[in-house]
Amino acid sequence: MDELRDLYQATILDHNKKPRNFRAIEGADRKAEGHNPLCGDQLTLYLTMDAEGRVSDVGFQGSGCAISTASASLMTDLIKGQTVAEIEKQFGRFHDLVTSPVDQPVDLAEMGKLAVFSGVREYPMRVKCATLAWHTLREAMANTGGTAKTE
Amino acid sequence: MTTAYDVAAVREDFPILDTTVRGKPLVFLDTAASAQKPRAVIEAISEFYETHYANIHRGVYQLSADATQRYEGSRDTVQQFIGATDRREVVFVRNATEAINLVAHTWAEKNLQAGDEVLITALEHHANIVPWQMLGQRKGIRLRVAPVNERGEVVLEEFEKLLNDRTRLVAVAQVSNALGTILPLESMIELAHKRGARVLVDGAQAIPHMPVDVGQMDCDFYVFSGHKLLGPSGIGVLYGKLSLLEAMPPFLGGGDMIESVSFEKSTYAPPPARFEAGTPDIAGAVGLDAAIQYLQGVGIERVALWEHELLEYATAKLSEIDGLRIIGTAAEKSAVLSFVLEGVHAHDVGTALDQAGVAVRVGHHCAQPVMEIFGVPATVRASFALYNTRNEVDQLAAALRETLEIFR
Repeated sequence: MDELRDLYQATILDHNKKPRNFRAIEGADRKAEGHNPLCGDQLTLYLTMDAEGRVSDVGFQGSGCAISTASASLMTDLIKGQTVAEIEKQFGRFHDLVTSPVDQPVDLAEMGKLAVFSGVREYPMRVKCATLAWHTLREAMANTGGTAKTE
Repeated sequence: MTTAYDVAAVREDFPILDTTVRGKPLVFLDTAASAQKPRAVIEAISEFYETHYANIHRGVYQLSADATQRYEGSRDTVQQFIGATDRREVVFVRNATEAINLVAHTWAEKNLQAGDEVLITALEHHANIVPWQMLGQRKGIRLRVAPVNERGEVVLEEFEKLLNDRTRLVAVAQVSNALGTILPLESMIELAHKRGARVLVDGAQAIPHMPVDVGQMDCDFYVFSGHKLLGPSGIGVLYGKLSLLEAMPPFLGGGDMIESVSFEKSTYAPPPARFEAGTPDIAGAVGLDAAIQYLQGVGIERVALWEHELLEYATAKLSEIDGLRIIGTAAEKSAVLSFVLEGVHAHDVGTALDQAGVAVRVGHHCAQPVMEIFGVPATVRASFALYNTRNEVDQLAAALRETLEIFR
């Protein structure tokens, strides 16, 4: 069970049980839907940007597995006050973290709180769970009104 | 109840059962998705490629004649296995999905008119929903759905109410892949025939686990996939009553399905060749033949008994786990156990079980409407086969308890 605890670290289990920013935002500037058809994970992301192009508020609702719920919860905590460019950079690093080959070293210190997802890369089937919230966020930032799909 | 079933000997026949997953011995409980292959099948295929392979129905040389004989011999084996009266009633296709699409594009395309109805059940696999929806869009045909009760059983009275003079086809699974429910086919077929409807039975989930006799069943079409029947993937079977097949237009056009071709006009071969355009999966047919013979060697009735024993044992074991809810509790069930763990998403369960070497399916099992009926996004599905043991059920139960510990 030790390997399992490497994937499901305490932070992930905690965010799964008590997701942060788990709420709809009335009058949000932007809203996007995310759907992972393979798992049935579904989330709605609400986003409000301020005049300087920074995230002033973000929330999400939906249902999903522990990985996708914790990922959405941690992500929403992290991006408050960030610009689109900063978020894109963050997403790039996160994407690399969960998709890099198992034997490739990663700089966990640089990842901050997102480092708890380092175990995901050992489970290729679960990468989509970890990235669903991020794809949905990018959809919301692009403001196309589309649905982010992982398939 | 115990039987003199020698599961250890059966396991010896399946090389993959010796492998390890994440450092643990493999506990394979996903046969409902696809079955593992006995050595007899693996060897039949390689032996065929190594010593008998050539294209069929063409060459005048010995090797081609030999390959043709083996391909056609497989048809004889299937005919006898499913109780068809005529070998021409057995059409080789890729899988059950293709067989259903074939019927939708030929028989249904020709015989159904706008306003006609196709009746399915709420338990169907996507493969027995989508082809009829597509037909409906092409031709203005209405798809109707017989409901199930809270145990996941088809309610016969409701099914009967949905049958009417516009019902031209009843397309139903013999066994639900998502819940394991065995459908009351005898009554359903009788009711359908009384109203003049034809019946297509999706036997993909049934045929590896119980004796099937299409003659006795009196269905009009019966479809299944080789890969769930211990055979290779890429080969499947459409059974159709000969009079129906003979009156059906071809599906795909090409070589092997014609009688004669000119640029003005082609005439088509009789069944089954009419529906087997192009070079088929010849080695697949050889492998399917070996799979059926292997299963017959073990004895399908004995397999059914053993699997039923495993199902009862697993149902009892898993029912003891607090927070586990079994989805699908029909009185008549095949060896499929679908369930959810309270507060743990099915995908997390799947990953946790994988860590313990236990392979199960998690998700909607290509039966999203079934998930909706039971109000769950996904379930965990353990399915049992001739090579599974009580010990494996114990390992499943133990891994589930550990999973609950981590997530609670």
